[in-house]
Amino acid sequence: MDLWYKEQHTKDVQFSIRVEKQLFTARSEFQRIDVFYSEEFGRFMSLDGLMMVTEKDEFIYHEMIVHVPMAVNPAIQNVLVVGGGDGGAVRELVRYDGIQKIDLVEIDQMVVDTCRKYLPQTACKLDDPRVSIFYENGLRFVRSCENKYDLIIVDSTDPFGPGEGLFTKEFYGNCYHALTKDGILVNQHETPYYQDYARSMQLAHQRIQTFFPICKVYQFHMPTYPSGHWLFGFASKTYDPIEHLDAERWNALGLKTRYYNTELHRGCFALPNYVKDLLEGNDGQ
Amino acid sequence: MNNRKLDQKRAPIYEALKDYKAKRVVSFDVPGHKQGRGNPDLTDFLGQQCMSVDVNSMKPLDNLCHPVGVICEAEEIAADAFGAQHVFFMVNGTSSAVQAMVMSVCKAGEKLIMPRNVHRSAINALIVSGAIPVYADPGVNQSLGIPLGMSLEDVKRAIAAHPEAKAVLVNNPTYYGVCANLAEIVRAAHAAGMKVLVDEAHGTHFYFGEHTPLCAMAAGADMAAVSMHKTGGSLTQSSFLLCGKGVNPGYVRQVINLTQTTSGSYLLLSSLDISRRNLALGGREIFRKVTEFAEYARGEINHIGGLYAFSKELLNGDSFYDFDVTKLSVHTRDIGLAGIEVYDILRDDYGIQIEFGDISNILAIISVGDRSLELERLISALSEIKRLYARDPAGMFDHEYIEPEIVLTPQEAFFSPKRSMPIGNSEGEICAEFVMCYPPGIPILAPGERITREILNYIVYAKEKGCFLTGTEDLTIQNINVVETKEHGFMV
Repeated sequence: MDLWYKEQHTKDVQFSIRVEKQLFTARSEFQRIDVFYSEEFGRFMSLDGLMMVTEKDEFIYHEMIVHVPMAVNPAIQNVLVVGGGDGGAVRELVRYDGIQKIDLVEIDQMVVDTCRKYLPQTACKLDDPRVSIFYENGLRFVRSCENKYDLIIVDSTDPFGPGEGLFTKEFYGNCYHALTKDGILVNQHETPYYQDYARSMQLAHQRIQTFFPICKVYQFHMPTYPSGHWLFGFASKTYDPIEHLDAERWNALGLKTRYYNTELHRGCFALPNYVKDLLEGNDGQ
Repeated sequence: MNNRKLDQKRAPIYEALKDYKAKRVVSFDVPGHKQGRGNPDLTDFLGQQCMSVDVNSMKPLDNLCHPVGVICEAEEIAADAFGAQHVFFMVNGTSSAVQAMVMSVCKAGEKLIMPRNVHRSAINALIVSGAIPVYADPGVNQSLGIPLGMSLEDVKRAIAAHPEAKAVLVNNPTYYGVCANLAEIVRAAHAAGMKVLVDEAHGTHFYFGEHTPLCAMAAGADMAAVSMHKTGGSLTQSSFLLCGKGVNPGYVRQVINLTQTTSGSYLLLSSLDISRRNLALGGREIFRKVTEFAEYARGEINHIGGLYAFSKELLNGDSFYDFDVTKLSVHTRDIGLAGIEVYDILRDDYGIQIEFGDISNILAIISVGDRSLELERLISALSEIKRLYARDPAGMFDHEYIEPEIVLTPQEAFFSPKRSMPIGNSEGEICAEFVMCYPPGIPILAPGERITREILNYIVYAKEKGCFLTGTEDLTIQNINVVETKEHGFMV
């Protein structure tokens, strides 16, 4: 018997993984949650039929969303993670002794519960004493925060479905307000390659630019996401991600990573021309 | 429900359409698109399912102008759901339902007592019928700048002063959610032999929710126009006209048929039928959720500071007798922004469309279709707007209702010889057309009213703040039609 997980990356492009078995399926108040096991990718979780995290490549995503801002400002103490219910970003954050407090705001408790049970590889540090989990709408949580966090990580789903509010102007404005004067915002920034995603990417960039003086985008390679070419946004009030990279200090921490290093840090902000074009508001053709 | 005839689970028009589709009848009748085949682009856009039930009246589907089959059955079930003697399915909007109410009780030259803050459709009915308005002061909440309901004493005074009036028209609720003391108004009007007509364009849920303000039929009113499409989930332009005991439905039908289309849309009719079923079966739960959303949003918005999402704390036992808590009306003047400015910023900067903004308030409609995700966006956007745009409110206009001076009846003024003149020079003239912000569509000037400096200032201010002004023949609102008084010897 052949069992395949299939996902439409566009209406004409399909991505599939042969599945050994399905480990879990349920519908939460917000979305459908599935966990599968595959020979190639290990365990993986999809939300509403879209790939979120696999055991084989999640390290790329989570290292890049955490270590880039942490290497720019290793003095970060208070961190907010919006989304990220799989716990992967938190796992990377707790490796920093300097971090005192991590608030994780995930709208869907069933995602966290599912990951604790089926994906301990990412969820393993959710019980760290510095971590507080809030099962709330991220937009609502951030609205009432002021001058509170040194770093906000937006580890969201795509902007169609429960994650929609995390790509809006009101959310970025609220984040600006919630950050300290040296605050950094890193956000899941979609892919430039396929048109629908590229449009979300452009809008997110435009909206973030209206609030933050420094607004850059960096790229990484994510094999199980549409096109494999994925972006994060880096926005901040004072720190430039390259100029203020404190490579020596970060390397002195001695953190062992599989994807991130400080040379890659400099390189990942160098973007292909069509991506630069898109970010400048052109059509990238 | 033992009575199958009045079983709320049924939806006779919808059932008949499904039967009709299943029979695959070959059509050599209108509409000419023939289940969509003749218009592939439109079918592609709206969907085959939709086009296939856009059909003509026929025996198995009944006829809206003379219902004896499934439409008649659907009307009876709806009447049972609304607690009415009879219900009409309306396909020309609630405007046509309001006009049918007025024209059913008032002939030319007869008087109708009404608040001035009615929707333009009510005054249109006066133009068509020649009925004469007697305006009762709706009262104003000065600090919010909103007109209220009529006070009972004002209605009684108007009844005493015009005992020959045929009816009293009441908004239940107003656009902002304000309700007058409807039960007592009905009692006073009936005691004087007058009918009570209720514009319930914004009150559909009063018939299905719990702890809502009193609905017209329960208050003993004679007729009510209910905009099912506004908060009840049916398609735009579909509406119900409800009749109480003291009304002859046969005559009302004849009045409706004077102006309503003879090609009633089955898309609209079935949407009314299905929405009635939905609300009759699940309305209590739906509106419990809607109320919860609205109350939550009010709490969060009031927590932002500067913005005031008002509610029942403003009740005064009379002109603000009750409040529809599903209406999310927010007073914005204290952050130095006109409602219309907030309305524009929400749409242009945040991609959020709300129902309307006036000089001092905004209104967001919360209904059967809402989810908390979108509500959080609205609240967050408002907190951002306050943070980014708040300014000193000094110098902002602080009232909304201007008592009109009625010189001619709406019909006389509308059909008088008129001339066009620059709006700024029209002080002292008699207006021959409407001027209003749309929405809410409550006339600032109606035909037959004296144009005053105060009104002109208000129009200039509303325009400056970005209100969408409508009503004049001149689409640019530079010129206004006034009644020609000198040459034609009109007495003014």
